[in-house]
Amino acid sequence: MSSAAVPTGRSEASVARRERTRLLLRSPTFIIGSAVILFWIVCAVLGDHITPYDPRFDQTPEIGAAPSAQHFFGTDRLGRDVFSRVLAGSRDILLIAPLATLLATLIGTTLGLITGYFKGIADNTISRVIDALLAIPLILLAVTVVAALGSRSTWTVIIVIAAVFSPIVARTVRAAVLVEADLDYVEAARLRGERSPYVMFSEVLPNVMPPILVEATIRLGYAIFAVATLSFIGFGLQPPSPDWAVQIADNYQDLAFEWWSVLFPALAIASLVVAVNLVSDSVQQVLER
Amino acid sequence: MTDAPALELHDVDVVYSVRGIDRPVLRGVSLEVGRGESYGLVGESGCGKSTAALAIVRYLARNGRVSGGSISVAGRDVLGLRGGSLRRYRAETVSMVYQSPGAALNPSIRVGSQVAEAFTVLGASRSAAEEQAREALTRVQIADPGSVMSRFPHQLSGGMQQRVVIAMALAKNPALLILDEPTTGLDATVEADVLDLVSRLQLELHTSVLFISHNLGVISKMCSRVGVLYAGRLVEEGPVETVLRDPRHPYTVGLLRCIPRGGVQKDHGRLDTIPGFLPALGTELSGCVFADRCALADDRCRIEEPPLITIEGGHESRCWYHEQAPDLPREEAANIEIAAVDRDAAPLVRVEELSKVFKQRGHDVYALTDVSAALWPGETLGLVGESGSGKTTLARTLLGIVPPTAGTALLEGVPLPTRYQKRSREQLRALQIVFQNPDSALNRRHSIRRILLRSLKKLAGVSGSAAEIRMQELAHRVRLTERTLTQKPAQLSGGLKQRAAIARAFAGDPKLVVCDEPTSALDVSVQAAILNLLVELQAEKRVAYLFISHDLGVVRYISDRIAVLYLGRLQELGPADVVFDGPHHPYTEALLSAVPTVDGGGRERIRLEGDIPSAASPPSGCVFHTRCPRKLGAVCEETEPPLLEVEDGHHMRCHIPIEELRRLQAKETATA
Repeated sequence: MSSAAVPTGRSEASVARRERTRLLLRSPTFIIGSAVILFWIVCAVLGDHITPYDPRFDQTPEIGAAPSAQHFFGTDRLGRDVFSRVLAGSRDILLIAPLATLLATLIGTTLGLITGYFKGIADNTISRVIDALLAIPLILLAVTVVAALGSRSTWTVIIVIAAVFSPIVARTVRAAVLVEADLDYVEAARLRGERSPYVMFSEVLPNVMPPILVEATIRLGYAIFAVATLSFIGFGLQPPSPDWAVQIADNYQDLAFEWWSVLFPALAIASLVVAVNLVSDSVQQVLER
Repeated sequence: MTDAPALELHDVDVVYSVRGIDRPVLRGVSLEVGRGESYGLVGESGCGKSTAALAIVRYLARNGRVSGGSISVAGRDVLGLRGGSLRRYRAETVSMVYQSPGAALNPSIRVGSQVAEAFTVLGASRSAAEEQAREALTRVQIADPGSVMSRFPHQLSGGMQQRVVIAMALAKNPALLILDEPTTGLDATVEADVLDLVSRLQLELHTSVLFISHNLGVISKMCSRVGVLYAGRLVEEGPVETVLRDPRHPYTVGLLRCIPRGGVQKDHGRLDTIPGFLPALGTELSGCVFADRCALADDRCRIEEPPLITIEGGHESRCWYHEQAPDLPREEAANIEIAAVDRDAAPLVRVEELSKVFKQRGHDVYALTDVSAALWPGETLGLVGESGSGKTTLARTLLGIVPPTAGTALLEGVPLPTRYQKRSREQLRALQIVFQNPDSALNRRHSIRRILLRSLKKLAGVSGSAAEIRMQELAHRVRLTERTLTQKPAQLSGGLKQRAAIARAFAGDPKLVVCDEPTSALDVSVQAAILNLLVELQAEKRVAYLFISHDLGVVRYISDRIAVLYLGRLQELGPADVVFDGPHHPYTEALLSAVPTVDGGGRERIRLEGDIPSAASPPSGCVFHTRCPRKLGAVCEETEPPLLEVEDGHHMRCHIPIEELRRLQAKETATA
């Protein structure tokens, strides 16, 4: 019986995995969300190749022209084609936000594992620092860090956002680790002489992956928002980048008579944030069923 | 009311729909509970007991439904009820008591309001309900209902909580009371108390009871008739004494043989087991549901399902060969030689005056006080006592998980560092543990193979192909197949998981394995197989066990000596048969008389008054004096008796001289 049943035994785990994938692919929220994200990724990759005009430099003599058949989204105050700039504007944000999220997740997970696993002094110290950090408004913290670092490069933005988000991730991970660390398998590992890093990363970590994944997708949505905010107030990406928030910052003074150069980039940001949240919701539903 | 039976199930089918496919869980179950009757439903986990109960109260999970047959309670069809009439039915006609009283009570509402709610639902005014609640609590023998009513559920002990739940269930004097494993999570002494209460109330109120349990001893004590469920089929039914004394279905026969009882010990022989597994949920079965695991089965059984065949006087069995069932061939493992423990040799492990005080919000909690004991190679020391008596703390101290406040533990004469972090690999591999719950004990993301290989690497120091060979040996020894090795714990049954956990503990050839209730999460047939395995490993490797269990039958079977703990103090320590046969410490006596046995035991029942006192302020003198049924007087309150060797190898902590105890206990056994 045992030998004949090998295939079924093996496939049980993969059945569960396939079941999860199938549930995801059947969820309309997931489909819509990922379609929108995919669209922006394609735009980011192809960039200048698909835009009708050069997104960075003024190519047209028409300044502040309203949307027309020639310029779908009109032109901005420097005469650049807004449609081209919106299409190309996803590139920087789609690089910065995921990298920042990844970094925040890595740091946060490590902090969460340490605080949840060791408890005691390590937990108290790190958790109080985290509480203090979380009490400072995000923008204030970001602006301070950017000012302190003195540079406004892409990497600065990534590091700032990761620094701001990792305490939040750490908290989620800590809560999950606290539950896990009480289980007997952790004790069994210690009783066979495992060192703490092994227990944390090889025994506990795989069991807390689902909440980490969910937290990461939620953070990604917020990261996009944060990048846009920083760029808008001038601490993030700099002109002439076609970044959406930079566009808004460039043109919002003229909002009264040139609404198109603000509205379309704003809609683009919204579409991306909403799409990420849709994906995040569906992943959460499938993983935490 | 009519004369209709309290409960009538007629050909009931229940299916759960899993991924769109209907999986049968109950298959054509028919049974009847008469007015005032107490009917027991037994079977192992997964056989459909709880599903039956949920179907009766119309509370099946969303994906479950009754797909055939009829259910009526007190002559009223239950399946047709909708909306308001369903609510009224649940409020007035049927009550259910669940396994875990802690989960059945709302943690944020005071007990008084919760019990009163049971009456306001029936239309009582608030003040009248409060008065009725007080009466209801008095009826379940709660001494001080006023103070209990003003407390929150978590401030009550498990036994008290279950009393409160029973008081609520009986509030409306229901036509049918369903008790679903009502005492499974409770200590034996508390269980005995609750069971006494239920039988007394049943006599008083003539309530009809459907009693669901996996414990045949409890069923035998509580019920007049019993039905045995297997894979959703009722396979045997009849008066309790008849079914338990003269079972006529191979499954019932097998179940009864699995239970260690009547003073059997490991050196007398192996336990019977039931081979194979319960068919997976919703498997299509042709023929007899038990045929795959039955030693009597032949082609007829596999093709044609037997009907319920009447044997005599309401005793029915669903077996073609029910005459042969009592002589079912035994499915026992080959006998093995167990070498006698050599007590002249040096002991393997000693603990000397071990004490542990926990600090809890400024209070000192005395978990262990001056415990001294020794364990020889190849010996099993059984550790018994109610929860909170310090059994687990003693084991964890020995393992170095909890450092003791005072005292030492020695391994082969060498003092062990108090924390496992400070222990050498040799010391770590010498002391291992098998946990109670295999779900929590195995990392659910790791395959069994990975778990075993890692243990071999860390404990035995082997890796690569040598480890591979050792792992195969290990797996073979605990009878894990090649296929199970590649699987993750979630894909295995409870018994297989526990085997994997045992294999892990044995990876480094330990000298002492702490077994912390290793079979209490398992069904009896699986329990028997695991106990057999532990005995086998002991005979082969001369490993010593520190065996913690609340099941005294199990402890007696596997132990050479028994230690009885009460409030962190050793009360009695001696050879297993001496401790069980007496004369014993009054506390041991009470523990033993609390256990309901399948044979109905002829022991005079001794009940302990009240709950175990708080370990934060243990009683003066003998810590047991507050509950002791044989208390002498002031001396017990003032002086703590020393632990004396009263007979050869038999230590006891009691002011009553052993001869006096022998006389008292012999007299009661004779009169009973």
